[in-house]
Amino acid sequence: MTSARRLTLFLMMAPAILWLGLLIVLPHVEILILSFSERVAPRVYQFGFGNYLEFFTEPLYWRTFARTAIMSILVTAITLLLAFPIALYIARVARGRVKAMLLLLCLLPFWVSELVRTLGWMMLLRETGLISYLLRATGLATQPVELLYNDGAVILGLVYGGLLFMIVPLANALESLDPSVVEAGYDLGGSRATVLRRIVIPHAMPGIVAGSIIVFMLTVGNFATPVLLGGKNGLWFTEQIYAQFITRFNWPQGAAFGMLLLLLSSAIVWAGLRLTGQGLGTTLRQA
Amino acid sequence: MASSNDLDIVNVTKRFGSHAAVEDVSFSVAPGEFFSILGPSGCGKTTLMRMIAGFEHPTSGDIRIRDRSMIGVPANRRPVNMVFQSLALFPMMSVGENVAYGMTCRGVGRAEADERAARMLERVGLNGFGHRQVTALSGGQRQRVAIARCLVLEPTLVLLDEPLGALDLKLREHMKIELKQLQGTFNTTFAYITHDQSEALVMSDRIAVMNGGRFEQIGSPRDLYHNPGTPFVASFVGETNRWRGAVSGAADRGLSVRLSSGVLAQGRGDAKTGDALCFVRPEAIALAAEAGALQILPNRFEGRVSAVLFDGANSSLLINAAGFDEPIRAVLPQAGPLAGITVGAPIHVGWTADAMKVFAA
Ligand SMILES: Nc1ncnc2c1ncn2[C@@H]1O[C@H](COP(=O)(O)OP(=O)(O)O)[C@@H](O)[C@H]1O
Ligand SMILES: [Mg+2]
Repeated sequence: MTSARRLTLFLMMAPAILWLGLLIVLPHVEILILSFSERVAPRVYQFGFGNYLEFFTEPLYWRTFARTAIMSILVTAITLLLAFPIALYIARVARGRVKAMLLLLCLLPFWVSELVRTLGWMMLLRETGLISYLLRATGLATQPVELLYNDGAVILGLVYGGLLFMIVPLANALESLDPSVVEAGYDLGGSRATVLRRIVIPHAMPGIVAGSIIVFMLTVGNFATPVLLGGKNGLWFTEQIYAQFITRFNWPQGAAFGMLLLLLSSAIVWAGLRLTGQGLGTTLRQA
Repeated sequence: MASSNDLDIVNVTKRFGSHAAVEDVSFSVAPGEFFSILGPSGCGKTTLMRMIAGFEHPTSGDIRIRDRSMIGVPANRRPVNMVFQSLALFPMMSVGENVAYGMTCRGVGRAEADERAARMLERVGLNGFGHRQVTALSGGQRQRVAIARCLVLEPTLVLLDEPLGALDLKLREHMKIELKQLQGTFNTTFAYITHDQSEALVMSDRIAVMNGGRFEQIGSPRDLYHNPGTPFVASFVGETNRWRGAVSGAADRGLSVRLSSGVLAQGRGDAKTGDALCFVRPEAIALAAEAGALQILPNRFEGRVSAVLFDGANSSLLINAAGFDEPIRAVLPQAGPLAGITVGAPIHVGWTADAMKVFAA
């Protein structure tokens, strides 16, 4: 390689390297270092594992952490269940303009910010909101019903936010399935369930895993939806991080929580990949 | 009326919108028969197959398998299995799992299904391939897996939709023979569709020639070749010469046809008057260096060699003769005295009246 070409290559790579270095690696290294500094006296810090110990000794912290993990897995599973038939329809039934329309319809909610989208749900779900009104109007309820500030509302909001990110990789994966392979599945005597279980789902596996990873990560790291729809019952781990950084002004503690959350996402994604026998490479290609 | 056939197609029509892909087709396939449907691309062969398999529903008519109507029976309950044009092997399964799939769908236990799959693979010459990925197989091996996957279920009827289309020429020639042998050893009824007349001629017991959604003629390969019923069959099945002319009257043995520029020729056919198409097989044309050798033939012409198409045993000559709108094509025997003939040489050609089929144009 001539030096000129090497320079060109370097210049082309520079934005990517800067992006990775400045926005991802550097802050995380900083957070990692910060998370190991203990406050021993006002404004006096020293190296130690105190921030991590605090996490394990204070039940509120690790319970919130576990709750976030379990709820996120639940949200991912529900999103997958809802998205699969939609993606199947988009990929295998819809044609031409209908297909484009359907994808656009999935995209539509993302034209407004997450905050506005969540506020929209609050309008619908609150005590004086539309659903409560309809329930009373149809005689299904006698008093105003508060649908906000419970786990159901949080899950609803998170599933709604994740749906698109599940549908797109799923539809992509399903689209590449040769229709005659499905027909061969029936032809050789397979029922709908057999064809789905032995042919369609295995084929869509990279898409399922890719979509699940994306939705899981978005859900675990979400902040606005659990706070707004769950209120003080939201109890999302990101709230704890926010509280440490902003309310308590205890940055090292917040940094430790941040690292733990990163560890959690990585561990669950890794477990998911292992469980489904998928490689990270094939999965990323699908997403 | 009880039928002893494996398959009866009764006046089946299939319309897509206003376009009739299959129009009023009827035929029967006897047990153990190798039945082919031969026709050009787009004539409705696949649509017909898909109706038998249960993936399309006839607009009208009946499909009966062993005398049981298949109308309303879903594809996975029909005693037919299909080898798809693209083969459609399951890429997410191993070779063995592909073959065992159909049996496990029928509730055969895993162990037994695996064992029967292994035995079937052995019979099609893929012993020990059970654990391979289907993507790691060659074209011919994939072919055999697709067929094994069907045969292991012992269906009444196996449908094959141009299964050799994707193979290269050499392998295709080989698979033709292999398919025919497989069909013989398993004694299963095959319904085979193809646009390749040589595949149909080599393998079939009977052939239906299809064109524009309709059947033109059904018969044995010999029958279709020697006694085509329509101009389409005459030109589609086998190589042939085709000239335009007009029937000029009945001659002592059959018809007399005046070709476009005035030459008279003798042939056989149903056309009584008007424009006609004449067909003569290249191998029915006798060649001679001198006119005397062809004295007994009613059709005798003189011309010049315009091209020598050397192709080993299939070599032929193109001959320009006065009065013919297309050059005459004649088989050139490589063992005969004319084997060394060159372009421009004068030559005499002739054929019997029986060799020339005349159809109304
Ligand atoms: N699902 C369909 N919808 C509309 N037209 C179709 C459909 N399937 C086939 N056709 C039409 O029917 C005709 C026959 O097609 P096909 O059976 O595939 O022919 P072949 O297999 O002989 O090449 C074609 O003109 C094709 O365009
Ligand atoms: Mg076809």
